[in-house]
Order: sequence, then C-alpha cells, then structure tokens
Amino acid sequence: MEILIISIIKSLALIVILLTGFAYLTYYERKLLARFHVRLGPNRAGPRGLLQPIADAVKAIFKEEIVPDHVDKPVYLLAPALALIPALVAFAVIPVAPAMTLFGRTIDFAVADINVALLYVVAITSVGTYGVILGGWSSNNNYSLLGALRTASQMISYELPLGILLAAIVLSTNIGREMGTLSLHEIVLQDRPWWLWLWLWLAFPVFFIGVLAESNRSPFDLPETENELIAGFQIEYGGIKFALFFMAEYIHMITGSALMATLFFGGWRGPFVVPGTWHGALIGFGWLFIKILALLFLFIWVRASVPRVRYDQLLHFCWKFLTPLSIAYLVITAVIVVFAG
Amino acid sequence: MTIPLTWYLILSAALFAIGLFGVLARRNAIAILIGVELMLNAVNVNILAFWRYIRPDDPSGQVFAIIVLTVAAAEAAVGLALFISIYRTRRSINVDHLDALKG
Amino acid sequence: MALLLFLALALVALLAAVGMVTSRNAVHSALFMLVNFAVYAIFYIMLNAQFLGVVQVIVYAGAIVVLFLFVVMLIGGEIGAVRSSLRRYTYAAALILGALFVAMIGLGIAQTISTDQTVAGAPAAGGVEAIGMALFTTYLLPFELASLLLLAGMVGGVARRYKALDED
Repeated sequence: MEILIISIIKSLALIVILLTGFAYLTYYERKLLARFHVRLGPNRAGPRGLLQPIADAVKAIFKEEIVPDHVDKPVYLLAPALALIPALVAFAVIPVAPAMTLFGRTIDFAVADINVALLYVVAITSVGTYGVILGGWSSNNNYSLLGALRTASQMISYELPLGILLAAIVLSTNIGREMGTLSLHEIVLQDRPWWLWLWLWLAFPVFFIGVLAESNRSPFDLPETENELIAGFQIEYGGIKFALFFMAEYIHMITGSALMATLFFGGWRGPFVVPGTWHGALIGFGWLFIKILALLFLFIWVRASVPRVRYDQLLHFCWKFLTPLSIAYLVITAVIVVFAG
Repeated sequence: MTIPLTWYLILSAALFAIGLFGVLARRNAIAILIGVELMLNAVNVNILAFWRYIRPDDPSGQVFAIIVLTVAAAEAAVGLALFISIYRTRRSINVDHLDALKG
Repeated sequence: MALLLFLALALVALLAAVGMVTSRNAVHSALFMLVNFAVYAIFYIMLNAQFLGVVQVIVYAGAIVVLFLFVVMLIGGEIGAVRSSLRRYTYAAALILGALFVAMIGLGIAQTISTDQTVAGAPAAGGVEAIGMALFTTYLLPFELASLLLLAGMVGGVARRYKALDED
C-alpha cells in the first residue's frame, strides 16, 4: 500500500513538473527565437513577459469548444489525449537525481526504476504516434489526412535508426562490466572509459536528428507544415484540444532531451554530486536540468536556422543515409565490445 | 499470484474463437487479417501462461512467443503490401471478388 | 486483488476483441486492436514476462497497428458490415463454429488440467538475460530462420511496390 502511495505522489509531482516545464518551454522558445530574429519576444505579461505562458493557458482553456460536424467524434476526442498521455508517461523511467537517504529510507528519483527501462521508453514513444494519426484521420479533411499519412511513415522510418542506435548503446554497456543492462539507472552509473564517451558522442548527431523527426520538430515538422498542409493534422482542432497536441509535442521534446542527456551525457552526473546525500540529489538534479536546457536550446537553434526539408528528401535521408549509417555504427560497436569488453 | 492457469487458458480460447469468427464471417481482406492477428496473440497468451505455470525456470516458452510475434509481424507486412497491390488493380479487397483463378 | 484485476482486464480484452471483429470501420477495428494488445501486454507483465510485455507494445502498437492504419487510410476505411449479401449464411456458420470451438477447447481444458494449478517453482526466469541466452544458444537456428523470414517479408514488400511502380 505504501509503495502505491509513494508512486502516486511521484507521478503527480512528475506531471506537475512536466506541465510547468511545457509552459515555460514555450516561453524559452519564443524568447530564444526572438533573439535569433533580433526582436524582443513576449514582454508584456508580467516582468520580462514571464507570465505569458499562464496567459496563453487561460486563453486556451476559455476558448469555445467546437466539434465540427463531419468528424468521427469518439476518435476525434480521443486523439489529443492519446497524443499527450504517452508523452507524459515516457518520462517515468528516467532517473532525475541520485538516490538519497532521508529519515532512514532511501528515496529513488525515478517514478519507476525498471530493468527494461530503455525498451519501455521505445514502446511508449511508439504509442505517441497514434494521437497524430488518429487526429488527422478523424478530422475527415484532406489536408489533415495527408498530415496523418506523413506522420505514420515518418515515425516508422525514423524509429529504425533510433532503435538501432539504442541497441548499440545497450551493447556498449557491456564494456567494463560483467553483463549489459537496459536499466537507465545503471546506464547512468556505468563507468565509461574516455574513448567510449567519444565513440558514443559520434552517434549523438544521428540520434538527435532521429529525435527531431520523432517529435515532429522543425525541420522535420512535415505533418503540420503551415504553408502546404495548413497545419496538417491540427486543422480541425481548437482551444484546449489544440493545446493538448501542442503540449504533447513540447513534452516529447523535454523527454527526448532528458533521454539524450541520460544516454550520452551522463544524466545527473557531474562535479560536486555526492550520491546518497540530500545536496547530492539536489546538485544532480541541477546538472540534469542544465543538460536538458542545453539540448532544448539545440532544438530551438535548429528550428531557427534550418529550412524545412521536402517530404521525399526526409524519407530518403532516413532510409538511404541514417539507417545504413546506424547499422554500420552498431556493427563497429559490436566489434569494439568484443575486443575491449 | 492466485490466478488459476485455467482462467488464462479459457480467456485465450475465447479470444482465439472470436478471431476465428472474424476470419470466417468477414469478407474484407483487412478485417480477415485483423482476425488472424487476434488468433496469433491468443496463442501467445497461452504459451506464456504455460511457461509461467509449468516451466518457469526454462525460457523456451518466451522464445516461442517471440518467434510467434516475429512471424505475426512479417505476415502483417507482406499481407498489407499484397492488399495494396490488389486494391490498385481490382479497386476492391473483398475476398469474394478475388476469384480470378476460379475454374 | 489479482483475481479482480484479471477479470476486469479479461472483460476489456474480450469486449475489445468483439469490437475488433464486428465494427464496420477499419480504423475503429484497429483502435480496438490497440486496446486488446495493450491488455495482452499487461497480462504478460502479470505473468512475469516483462520483456515480452514491452516487446508486445513495441511490435504491435509501434509497428503493426500503425501499418494497418496506414493501409486503411490509403484504401478507405469502410470495410462493410459483418453480414454480407453474397454469402447469407457465413455469419451464422461462423458464429456456430466459433462457439463450438470454445466449447471443445473448454472441455479439453476442464478434462486435462486440474483447477488448482498455480505457479510452479521459483520466481520465473523472465529476465532479458535468460531470454537472450536461450535465443542465442539453444534457439539460434530458429532465431536466424525468423530473421530470414523478416528479411523475406521486407524484400517482398519492397518488390511489390516496385512492381506497382512499373505498372503505372
């Protein structure tokens, strides 16, 4: 019973943090984009525009709820929820700070530290596609259907290099230990030699491109291109339902950044972190937070600098370049593990 | 764990029969394929229940389930590719209309 | 507690299965399929096969159902009612055959397996390590054959596509 209560508290805390994170990520993005464009960005609501996300949220909630006549109603209403829920629950297995001992009990800073954590993340993010596909289909609109079709093929395609790279990372957890692991907690704790860090960082650009495509971010935001598909799968959605799709995309960005920080940059590890103490947990969380912010900056930087690709270029790039590259990476990693592990 | 093994077996038999019904009653090729997928998965529940209750120390049961899963995936991929090419030539994937080989 | 959970999940699985084979719209069918397969994943986790539970979600939710939806969106969602004008008795015949099948299996289960069969032995070898060990040693040949099957499926799918391009 006690474990159930602790899990519920952790889950609620995670949801609140992620939703706040989403709200301020929009602010972060708008401010940064404004900097890239040499303008000011939101600066009216509150000091330096800090209350802007709250104003946006209030606006979205109080908009009139419109359900068009020609939609498939149950699926139409289900789709935004199906987009948001996987985005929220995927974060559950990411260790956000080292465990600490408080009042004689060990507190573990992941909602669920399971032994197949990495597979869990893959599974949950693959469910995230459904929100977009079903939203596009149920809207009964040609543009949104095209958006849904694009999402389906884009997601399936880019899961390939991501999955193969994840397999390579899992393989590399064999180095310096008796057995590999799928647990994110243990991946963070793994002592990697310096050459392994360098080797893994080689894979980071490919992984990052995959995550960009999976979270429908520019330059791969083809499911919702404004100028050809007039917002794609989101056309028929307004008010809070639109906001849910929006939230899903941004929380996917946060989760993707947290996952990349955990796999490639050591998660909560950093100087001054003493595992087991309360300040260690705090500083560890701070390190992870800084890493996530840096990766999110990368997302926004790419959005501000790179023009959107054409659709066939997107798929060719994945199937003819990223996938072979990641297979080669997996093979070389396997050889390295055999000789060094 | 106090769930008797028979419960899993009966559930899986019922699901298998629903899948069988789908395969026999529907005439649309996609609906038939959906029924087949249901049957394959019912089998997997069976395999895993037997593994857990009879031979939990031997991972063979899980290996069988993994192979069933692989076959199901390959089957869906090839089947759906075939349906698309049938649709391109016949404008229908109703299996009653696909009788070009009828003597 | 576990019994109640099982019954509730079983009910969901059965209802979703019925929805799958009876709904007129292929997208609804695929959605019921998704629910059904998610319940299976929970069953696998209850049976201590966590790896298979997660793989179930990856393979089915991540790939197969998306593929179904993709094809349905390409060739239209209307898959027609269960009853068909061409074969008037298929529906009744299929219903009877399905019911007979359940009765037969149920009888077999009731006769051969004692009702008090519960979990045997120590905590199960549900770990990824054990499965990996078995897959790459004892079952290496079936594993390779399965990968060959997947490759054949992939080549087949691509070949169909090229043929279709030629015909255009």
